[in-house]
Amino acid sequence: MFAAPWAGAIALRTAGRALKMTSNVRAGNTPRIEAVNDFVIKFANVNGSGSASANELFARSLLRVGVPVSPRNIFPSNIQGLPTWYEVRVNERGYLGRRGGVDLMVAMNPQTWEQDLAEIEPGGYLIYDSSKPILASSFRDDVNVLGVPLTDLCATRYTDPRERQLLKNIVYVGVLAAMLGVEPEVIATLLGEQYKGKTKLLQPNLDAFMMGLHHGREYFDDALGVRIERRDAVGKRIFIEGNAAAALGCVYGGATVCAWYPITPSSSLAEAFQKYCSRLRVDKQSGKNKFAIVQAEDEIASIGIVVGAGWNGARAFTATSGPGVSLMTEFIGLAYFAEIPVTIIDVQRGGPSTGMPTRTQQADLLSCAYASHGDTKHVLLFPEDPRECFDFAAAALDLADRLQTPIFLMTDLDIGMNHRLCEPLEWDDSRSYDRGKVMSAADLEAGKDFGRYLDVDGDGIPWRTLPGTHPSKGAYFTRGTTRDAYANYSEAGSDYLYNVTRLLKKFETAKLLVPQPVLRAAARPTRFGAIYYGSTAPSMAEAIDELQADGVHVDTLRVRAFPFSAVVDRFIADHDCVFVVEQNRDAQLRMMIVNEQGVDPARLEPILHYDGTPITARFIIGAITARMCADNVEPISKQGLAA
Amino acid sequence: MSYLAKPKLHHPTLPANKLGFTRRDYEGKISTLCAGCGHDSISAALVQACWELDIEPHRLAKLSGIGCSSKTPDYFLGASHGFNTVHGRMPSVLTGANLANRELLYLGVSGDGDSASIGLGQFAHAMRRGVDMTYIVENNGVYGLTKGQFSATADPGSKSKRGVVNTDTAIDLVAMALQLGATYVGRSFSGDKEQLVPLIKGALAHRGAALLDVISPCVAFNNHPGSTKSYDYVRAHNEAVNRLDFMPRRDTITAAYAPGEVIEVTQHDGSVLRLRKLAEGYDPGDRLAAMTHIAAYEARGEILTGLLYVDAAAEDLHAHLKTVDVALNRLGERELCPGAAALEAINAELL
Repeated sequence: MFAAPWAGAIALRTAGRALKMTSNVRAGNTPRIEAVNDFVIKFANVNGSGSASANELFARSLLRVGVPVSPRNIFPSNIQGLPTWYEVRVNERGYLGRRGGVDLMVAMNPQTWEQDLAEIEPGGYLIYDSSKPILASSFRDDVNVLGVPLTDLCATRYTDPRERQLLKNIVYVGVLAAMLGVEPEVIATLLGEQYKGKTKLLQPNLDAFMMGLHHGREYFDDALGVRIERRDAVGKRIFIEGNAAAALGCVYGGATVCAWYPITPSSSLAEAFQKYCSRLRVDKQSGKNKFAIVQAEDEIASIGIVVGAGWNGARAFTATSGPGVSLMTEFIGLAYFAEIPVTIIDVQRGGPSTGMPTRTQQADLLSCAYASHGDTKHVLLFPEDPRECFDFAAAALDLADRLQTPIFLMTDLDIGMNHRLCEPLEWDDSRSYDRGKVMSAADLEAGKDFGRYLDVDGDGIPWRTLPGTHPSKGAYFTRGTTRDAYANYSEAGSDYLYNVTRLLKKFETAKLLVPQPVLRAAARPTRFGAIYYGSTAPSMAEAIDELQADGVHVDTLRVRAFPFSAVVDRFIADHDCVFVVEQNRDAQLRMMIVNEQGVDPARLEPILHYDGTPITARFIIGAITARMCADNVEPISKQGLAA
Repeated sequence: MSYLAKPKLHHPTLPANKLGFTRRDYEGKISTLCAGCGHDSISAALVQACWELDIEPHRLAKLSGIGCSSKTPDYFLGASHGFNTVHGRMPSVLTGANLANRELLYLGVSGDGDSASIGLGQFAHAMRRGVDMTYIVENNGVYGLTKGQFSATADPGSKSKRGVVNTDTAIDLVAMALQLGATYVGRSFSGDKEQLVPLIKGALAHRGAALLDVISPCVAFNNHPGSTKSYDYVRAHNEAVNRLDFMPRRDTITAAYAPGEVIEVTQHDGSVLRLRKLAEGYDPGDRLAAMTHIAAYEARGEILTGLLYVDAAAEDLHAHLKTVDVALNRLGERELCPGAAALEAINAELL
């Protein structure tokens, strides 16, 4: 058993929060959370009420004053009427993971009042529409209550009911700007950009904002202990959704065919591809499209179109989510066995079945890694943010051509559908696409031996030809049945073995080509390690920093692809205890590491978060410290023996 | 060996087409289907049509699903790339292949199980999208490879080899294709090569979704009395609305026809479909009338064959998607990648 000099610190740290609370008395004995550029504000709205753009406006205004934010949409599977939330974490230190807890609640939805009220941290603030009186018993003693007569304000100013509804959202942005000290010019500028050339819309929005601002300044001067101060902590970073970034990656990576079927949370990816292609991929002279996008009849047809295009030498991809992958599995097996380049972007959501279609999870690893019947293994890439969605989408198209196999880009709803601050997208103009091993007419003419499934180079990857290449050489028949190295139908066991063992060799080759893990060493040598991937990244970084500040050192390894490189083996070997942090119930990555790398399961401690909300640093810190503390307890049996 | 290569004997007397190819150059491996299978006749008709059209074999891609019919692309056009996909999903793979390279000809081969049951959805959507292809359904009313179960095109009242009577309504892919917007729709019989070859040639020359439903008796499981897909039944109930002569380009009519007996349709590529009328007043340019006519014959237990509908002004999926004239698979970085400067401009918009 090891000593734990830091155990006390952890206990203190996890019991409370880093925020300072004062016993400043204002209209009662309610404590006030005091913080500058470090708080969580949540907007509780009704879906379809026009709140989304106002909330985003608020988040963007903070970025414009140089304060990092990470907003998250928590939305229902619904178009109108059900509750929806927009949570903005404000954090000048740049932690972009979900924090958990709410300091400021803008409660605009009576349906969820109790739930919203309960979520506020002690000393936090409740901002609500006070146009109608609410019983005193509906509030909490430890929460500061700020009533704003939003409906009344709008009713006196506007006559059109829709305008009253929509502008109410802008009015509260104005009130918040006053309360928090956001520079009004910044918001006015943003509105100007949003309604550029649409003066008829700009004017009422500016007007509503100013009305809210004045009201806030008049009635709520110094009402909040949290405020915004201008900083320069955003830098050159961009603010983009992972789906849009992945779509741009596909444009830059040379995808010409996209086939998809609408499914949350991936639909906006295909739509973004359409948008960026219309802007960047239309031939200037002819006005014609250098791309083809088909909204297919289902996911089976989507992947079928991608398989057909890949077989015929075009870079093709589909974007989907877990249920779509389930439908695609037969084709995925064909693409694996017949060795066809395919790129599949899985924007993961909560499963199984329809599961939680508007919530996030990392629960499709197994269903993608081993998709389809028979022995199959597929390459998975795990981007951590929109920047890597861009990089890995382009990389996936290269890898698919190089490896002639399906490549999965495993993002999730948290990355895909939320705006995230990330490094600017970059492209090296000297980069050329890796089209893989494709024999040209000249190669065939020169008499090169063409065996479609012949391992010529010893890397398990055969050469292929594209239809239409040569009048008399290089034609072959592609099939999902067993065949010999020259693509002739075969039922011979030896031919089957040749192919499937070669596919394993190809998978070994993939290890060298996929993005390698990212190691972050703790400040001091430690026997603890943590493995994580994808959207867990921002919360993980924060958790490790916090733990380190408390004297708890954990090395981390961010896995960026499957198959796993030898770095993963070494990392596990170098630590006595390795936490595997994931957002699914069954510890899917851990299972894959155990099985694929032959690691003793006892060495890998799962830390699992899977309620559909993004994992938080608080959760990770709590789980890691709980495991460490548990480790300190002498087993009862041993105690008994000692006595 | 699980396949048989066809011996390449040299026949100096075999006639060559304009490209210098003999019919043998359009053949594939030796068929592994049953002796007398209708599908082999269709393969032979495809060989004949491609040879006569002077098609460069490598400029055609043949795709299929799963089943007896879907095996046949291995038995013709050995110099073409082929793709035996998954059951019922040939239409989507062909769609993707076509999007990738519009410069090739696409031949989809399927069966009634493949297209009317498991693949009905893909069949429908490929038709309505107007994918430029020749889609042949080798229709025998049974599942052959799994030994004789009814398919969805089996007529109600028809009897299986084991004596079971089918009670389900038959799906008529021709009627569906017409309803869904296919622009070249024909039906034929594997035993009538004279009718089938020109229909295939017209379909290959057509730009748009061309469907040929070819009744192709299964000698092993559906060629008995009581079957409506047997050689005998189809011969006795085949009603051709017209006889098609396919001409690569317009030339003068040499045979003497009575006025009103011949309809000529010129397709995109300048080829001409010359239709000798057999049924009184049948107009293959009238989609609604064709649907009514087919339904009336079907009610009488007759099989209406011939070129049932053609829209010579049809547009295909590429036209709908406004894709560039060059094959998408030939575009490289220079044409596809917008470059670093454009990306910087996008970055600048993103805050």
